[in-house]
Amino acid sequence: MTITSNRSDHVDFGRRQCVIRLGAMSARASWRAIVVVTSLLAGALVIAVVAVGIGKYTVAPADVLGVLLGTNTSFDRVVVVEWRMPRMLMALLVGAALGVSGAIFQALTRNPLGSPDIIGINYGAYTGALVAITSFGVGYYTVAAGALLGGLVTAVVVYALSYRNGLAGYRLIVVGIGVSAVLNSVNQWVVIKLDLHTAVTASVWQQGTLNGLSWAQVLPMTVCLTVATLALVALGPQLPVLQMGDDAAGALGVQPDRARLAYLVVGVGLIALACAAAGPISFIALAAPQLARRLTASPGVGLVPSAVMGAVLLLVSDVVAQQLVTGSELPVGSVTGSLGGAYLVYLLVVQARRR
Amino acid sequence: MTKERDTTLTTPSGARLRADHLSIGYEDFAVIADLSVDVLDGRVTAIVGPNACGKSTLLRGFARLLKPSNGQVILDGHDIGSLHTKEVARRLGLLPQTSIAPEGITVADLVSRGRFPHQKVLRQWSRDDDAAVDEAMRCTGVTELAGRLVDELSGGQRQRVWVAMVLAQQTPLVLLDEPTTYLDIAHQVELLDLFAVLNREQNRTVVAVLHDLNHACRYADQIIAMKTGSIVAQGNPNAVITEELVEAVYGLKCQIIDDPQTGTPLVVPRASPYVTARR
Repeated sequence: MTITSNRSDHVDFGRRQCVIRLGAMSARASWRAIVVVTSLLAGALVIAVVAVGIGKYTVAPADVLGVLLGTNTSFDRVVVVEWRMPRMLMALLVGAALGVSGAIFQALTRNPLGSPDIIGINYGAYTGALVAITSFGVGYYTVAAGALLGGLVTAVVVYALSYRNGLAGYRLIVVGIGVSAVLNSVNQWVVIKLDLHTAVTASVWQQGTLNGLSWAQVLPMTVCLTVATLALVALGPQLPVLQMGDDAAGALGVQPDRARLAYLVVGVGLIALACAAAGPISFIALAAPQLARRLTASPGVGLVPSAVMGAVLLLVSDVVAQQLVTGSELPVGSVTGSLGGAYLVYLLVVQARRR
Repeated sequence: MTKERDTTLTTPSGARLRADHLSIGYEDFAVIADLSVDVLDGRVTAIVGPNACGKSTLLRGFARLLKPSNGQVILDGHDIGSLHTKEVARRLGLLPQTSIAPEGITVADLVSRGRFPHQKVLRQWSRDDDAAVDEAMRCTGVTELAGRLVDELSGGQRQRVWVAMVLAQQTPLVLLDEPTTYLDIAHQVELLDLFAVLNREQNRTVVAVLHDLNHACRYADQIIAMKTGSIVAQGNPNAVITEELVEAVYGLKCQIIDDPQTGTPLVVPRASPYVTARR
């Protein structure tokens, strides 16, 4: 195996590259991206260890590590592993799913505003979940299926309404915002029609919350995310090529419409999955890919940095949500919503200036 | 008749790339109808004609970006639609009329995207990739720009970077869709000279849609003149470009003289009385 940084290679990429070659296999990434992703992962680990320790029953970080290594078998173990770890893991998994989904949509629309929470996929998934609740009652799998279906139908509607001789990112966003508004009203109407108990659950969930998640949800989420990851690996790195325009992509051996559809299905699947587990958490999908892109200084949004950034953002937001208002359970969506709202304003101002 | 044609497809003497009774259209409107033409191997072919005559459509059909409604494009004896997309992309490169450089991409990064058809999931940056990108940048003279952002370059530099991306694809056939549009005259000539070098020294077959008839005459071995979706004339510039043809195709009255540099036809439009009166 050889790892080089531009020494045996001739091409100067302007940024130091890490090239790994092992027999016929090879890979290339910029050192900066590698450092950023590794640091974010390390940061997530530290935050996670501290986060599972805080709450009404405090566990020191050292004791948390003891639990993880198996040396601490006191009551701490129950608190950390049974009570808090599932929520922490779900924050990471859902955050990663949102980050990747956002990256896919932003890449396909070639616009930082083309994120699933702006173009209505989120609301559509929530509508699907609500319909499932009213028809079949509250249950993880029925809600998940409803969210997935709702997200897919919304995506198809938005896509069909904005498709005209190819896909224009900006038209998709404008249509998506309109569809969001309609769906938002539909959702409120459905919530009003529900009985009180379900309506309260539904409206807390509408904000997006990680409350009450347990190992029972972590497992299916992990399985689904693994499937999505495998699908993305199988698709290969077509996303960067698609970003160069349909003609260039077609000439390079990508079938634009087919590839776009495949990515769209994975992107909708991921956002629906996140929505089914934790409700329509807003702005992670919008902000994570762009933040990751700026930190890594890479062209276009990358899937791996977006996933890691999304996981870190949601974990931090959830810790803030839990600590901000002591005694009450603030939905994490309120935190991401207010942070992300500020970011959205910034993004709109920047785009408006550029036009 | 199509049965007989099928048996002749694989004859080695046939052109690598050709259109066979090709019809292409958008929805219910046929832009090209029943067009057959051979692209000369190892030569430069220019497709010329007035706006909306279907020349870009023909090129895009050759590149498999448009699906024929009838007939077929044949690459190395096979219907191009039946070949694997990446396989086509290893034999045939295209410089599209419009392409998008992702924000914040460096020159070398963009050029290396031309290696996509040669890469696999587990083989993302082989030594061949490195050599091809290095060679493509050297050939187009953008090596010094390698680390620069594409957004920061001038129009002429940017077009050379896109050409480098197509060259990195290392295809024996290169298609160019109006490569000189939006460039000043010096950069136009520079780019066309580069294509001539690619053709002569690397033996690549070049097909270009060109707006400028004089460029087509100077650089092409074969000219395909089109009007309203069909070929009006094809062949050597000296034989094809006549005053009658230019008038028939473009509706332009002109005089043809010899290019003092190359001896190829030079189209001089007839001056309108208003212009001559000003002298």
